[in-house]
Amino acid sequence: MTKVCTTALVILMAGPAQSDDRRSGFEFMGPTTQSMQTDDMANPGMLAVLAGERLWNEPAGLSEQSCQTCHGDPEGEMRGVAARYPAFDEVAGTAVDISGRVNLCRTRHQRADPLPHENADLLALVTLIGLQSRGLPIQPDPDPRLTEWRARGEAYYETRVGQLNLSCAQCHDENAGGHLGGAPIPEAHPTGYPIYRLEWQAMGSLQRRLRGCFTGVRSEPWPYGSDGYIALEAYLMQRAAGMTMETPAVRP
Amino acid sequence: MWGKVALAAAVLTASGAVAQGLPDPLTDTPGDPTRGRAVVVDRQLGLCLLCHTGPFPEVPFHGDLAPDLTGVGTRLSPAEMRLRLVDSRAVNAESIMPPYHSLDGLTRVAALWEGKTILDAQQVEDVVAFLTTLTEEPE
Repeated sequence: MTKVCTTALVILMAGPAQSDDRRSGFEFMGPTTQSMQTDDMANPGMLAVLAGERLWNEPAGLSEQSCQTCHGDPEGEMRGVAARYPAFDEVAGTAVDISGRVNLCRTRHQRADPLPHENADLLALVTLIGLQSRGLPIQPDPDPRLTEWRARGEAYYETRVGQLNLSCAQCHDENAGGHLGGAPIPEAHPTGYPIYRLEWQAMGSLQRRLRGCFTGVRSEPWPYGSDGYIALEAYLMQRAAGMTMETPAVRP
Repeated sequence: MWGKVALAAAVLTASGAVAQGLPDPLTDTPGDPTRGRAVVVDRQLGLCLLCHTGPFPEVPFHGDLAPDLTGVGTRLSPAEMRLRLVDSRAVNAESIMPPYHSLDGLTRVAALWEGKTILDAQQVEDVVAFLTTLTEEPE
């Protein structure tokens, strides 16, 4: 009996420790890149935040309403939003990421054209919204309609694709911490999107980053905005639940 | 040619005779070690040093995801190397080593690469010929 209790205690103690073993891409970076992220004066993502603040207050579309008109200051309603997305949109009948949500706001409420993926204004608004979750734990939306999306995302994550025939899991689970041609392989936790990536010399979305991996294994990337990306994001955010949001992150 | 190789690999797997590898060269032209070395160090062609390291001091940033190629010529026979290059899944179904000369089971391949193997048959023979020369043991 004592032995059983001890075993149970060990298992209980192992639970949280195991989740703490997860490492953000931040921890795989050198100190110079880390300080570029942590110092707001050096973080290029903060320029996107500044642009986002201007756009937040700028009327758009036939409605001549701004984000501010409905939502008030971003520090209010937007707190924690990026930490729980993707979310299910009732009317569209589909899961959406924050870019998708901004564009739904534009078309439905502002009566403006949607912004194309990776458009600087769209990234700026999403970065501003993401900043309102910086420091908060990732808390995926419990909406049961997202369960199927996460399951689909997990299936994509485990599926070998492309001429090089590799799955996400083979690199980012089984070989995380190893080096691919000298570069450390991180664990693929989407804690800081949109990110400023030194390789891009620009801000970019998780979708852009996922496309980079697809291209790397010589697989055909889905078009921007495809459901597959939202499913993968829903799974990856669940996988990173409890980890701390870093938007705007800097990555090599 | 490809069909014959696939069949040979499948038969070997099924019979559990993986250790024998693929004893027959894929081409009539003997492999050229110099061309093989060029394939191995080329990051767009052989991609080998993304995962492996080895005696290639002029190439920066080797990977550490796969065995050191130093001395591989003493550890594996040409037939064993050929099998691993053609389709390493014949040895280990979960291998991260891409199938260099097999299209078997590939999905969602980019249009640019659709229907093409990573290396052609002669390149496989060239790489086998080069790896065979790596007989120096790791320090």
